[in-house]
Amino acid sequence: MSEIADKVKKIVVEHLGVEESKVTPEASFIDDLGADSLDTVELVMAFEEAFNVEIPEDAAEKITTVKDAIDYIEKQKVA
Amino acid sequence: MDVSNRERAGLLLSAGLNSERRRVVVTGMGIVGPLGLGVENVWSRLTAGESGIGRITQFDPSDLPAQIAGEVPQGPTSEGKLTLEEWVPVKDQRKMDRFIHMGLVAATEAVEDSGWKPQSEEDKCRTGVMIGSGIGGLQTIYDASITVHEGRARRLSPFFIPSALINLVSGHVSIKYGFQGPNHSVVTACATGVHAIGDAARLIMFGDADVMVAGGAEATVCPLGIAGFCSARALSTGFNETPQTASRPWDKDRDGFVMGEGSGVVVLEEYEHAKARGAKIYGEIIGYGMSGDAYHITAPAEGHYGAYRAMRAALQSAGLNTSDIQYVNAHGTSTMADDMELEAVERLFGDDARTLAMSSTKSATGHLLGAAGAVEAIFSILAIRDNVAPPTLNLDNPSRESVIDRVAHTAQQRQINVALSNSFGFGGTNASLIVRGV
Repeated sequence: MSEIADKVKKIVVEHLGVEESKVTPEASFIDDLGADSLDTVELVMAFEEAFNVEIPEDAAEKITTVKDAIDYIEKQKVA
Repeated sequence: MDVSNRERAGLLLSAGLNSERRRVVVTGMGIVGPLGLGVENVWSRLTAGESGIGRITQFDPSDLPAQIAGEVPQGPTSEGKLTLEEWVPVKDQRKMDRFIHMGLVAATEAVEDSGWKPQSEEDKCRTGVMIGSGIGGLQTIYDASITVHEGRARRLSPFFIPSALINLVSGHVSIKYGFQGPNHSVVTACATGVHAIGDAARLIMFGDADVMVAGGAEATVCPLGIAGFCSARALSTGFNETPQTASRPWDKDRDGFVMGEGSGVVVLEEYEHAKARGAKIYGEIIGYGMSGDAYHITAPAEGHYGAYRAMRAALQSAGLNTSDIQYVNAHGTSTMADDMELEAVERLFGDDARTLAMSSTKSATGHLLGAAGAVEAIFSILAIRDNVAPPTLNLDNPSRESVIDRVAHTAQQRQINVALSNSFGFGGTNASLIVRGV
């Protein structure tokens, strides 16, 4: 697993208070990890802070799973 | 309308309410505060004459004139102390200011104590919540202000607003237990706790609900809270080296109140409803009176006629005379206003003052602001249950003599059937509650 994926997973575990084993790439923040809409806003902010990236509102709305987050951040980092 | 007609109208109104009003009893109680966690633990420490005041530990108070407070002791539940994660899941804690933590702890204790766990939709809809706070999420607002000030407004937590809002204690309690009845909150500074219980009792009397979880919560032992009250010259500053002697209601050396934090919550229930489910009944809310000073933002008027009118209105709503009251839990904050309240009680009680006991439990807990009235209502109910008047600590030399026994230093065993509890707040708001045993 990439360094980015590791860090994303860690942030999700921390913010949503879930078991690490549940944070699979396919896991949906809301449907599988018990987040509500405010939790997802906070998560995106935490990603922005941790990776020093800007995630605009329309992009943030499309980040619904762990994999979505990893992919988006990896793309930003390459670009 | 002249004054006598107005008074007659008031009496007629309360008589009308009395004839058909539903009775409201207390079936659950919860406290977390400077004397610790749990009603029985706090009450036994209070009546033993212990103090919950110490040097502030939540931040370094060295820069401030007041460096002491009544903080909730942290530690194992078995020792009557608070281990927050046992009450509020860690992941939820940062979504709430500390005053909400406090309210949730006391509300959980009160609800568990009452045994009221409604399962049907109908019962849940007949159960409401009214827990207030004097100030709300002050530390949360302080932290968020810094984030914005540093140009990081886009980084502000989405939980900032719901963490700071006063009515969110009521919100969280309703979500936790599924209580879908009236969801309300009171904000009347240091009178909040009494107003919440009194107003919630009226909601039951008027049929809006059968059960109400009511009280107050506060957590302003933070730099902004202490500095703000210091600036208003309200806090004690002369006893930083001997914290337990700082809260000294009616004593000639008193120099301001000591800030306390915590929460008091009661479960109020319609009498027949409580009886039908075999609930344990601690006492009954029989009187509630309110008034406004219309005088000054922080100081009561000479003679404290606002307090007098609130107490008199409570007596009227209870249909009682002063001779029926054996104990008064005073607002008594350890400020100049103590003697004004004393004067108002003497004026109202007349000759009945001679047999009255009146104490200020703030001498032991400090002043829990919006939670004070709720905590002290619980103390008043326990005073009746145990026939014990809790003491006024540090009352070494009263600044003013009185025929009223102010229960200096040690608790007193006395026959107490009916008790009155006073709370007054900035803005000139006054509230009195009368409770009795059942």
